[in-house]
Amino acid sequence: MDYKNILEKLPYSKPFLFIDELLNVNEKSAEGIYTFPEDSFFYKGHFKNNPVTPGVILTECMAQIGVVCLGIFLLGNEKTNSENIKLALSSSEVDFYLPVFPGETVKVVSEKLFYRFNKLKCEVRMYSKKDKLICRGKIAGMIKNESV
Amino acid sequence: MKEKEILDAIKKIVTPYTQRKEGLENFSQKTDFIKDLEVNSANLVDVILDVEDEFNIEIDNESMEGMLTVGDAKNIIERKLASA
Repeated sequence: MDYKNILEKLPYSKPFLFIDELLNVNEKSAEGIYTFPEDSFFYKGHFKNNPVTPGVILTECMAQIGVVCLGIFLLGNEKTNSENIKLALSSSEVDFYLPVFPGETVKVVSEKLFYRFNKLKCEVRMYSKKDKLICRGKIAGMIKNESV
Repeated sequence: MKEKEILDAIKKIVTPYTQRKEGLENFSQKTDFIKDLEVNSANLVDVILDVEDEFNIEIDNESMEGMLTVGDAKNIIERKLASA
């Protein structure tokens, strides 16, 4: 399976794209990695003279890899493209354990809880390069292909 | 299962997802999940999944699309229970 076509269908771009590579995507799960560039825009203000990746950005990274990429795979239609995929985050509940500093690479692992009536809910975890748990939670979104 | 039991169960299920609590005060078959209770579309899916668990039935896409009011939900539940 070529995951490139999933990445091409993502409706995000810099500076709000938080996926470098997908390692595995199947009917039940998704796994991908991202390295936070040291010059990411949010480090300037979060925090003053003490750059730490904001929790909302970690949540966004988990949602993009764990929910959106898996959702695009599940939509599975050849006709899907970034313009006709309609997305909305519907809920997130995340616990944080470790900080992520500029330049760090993280791995996101997601498992599908259910995908019904356009709603995809997943259990998502983020790990450091040393396989330490950074954060975990449940994230859900609505995903639809409007070209059908 | 009696009609009232089904309506009570639906009310119990939808309560935590309801934004407009006044909508629960005159809860009836005419109550519209989105207009009267202000349930969002993502939580409407949760309501349906909870209904499936509560009544041990499976709701298909077509039935889901017709489930706008409490009465619609009750009718679908009754139909599924009768055919089970």
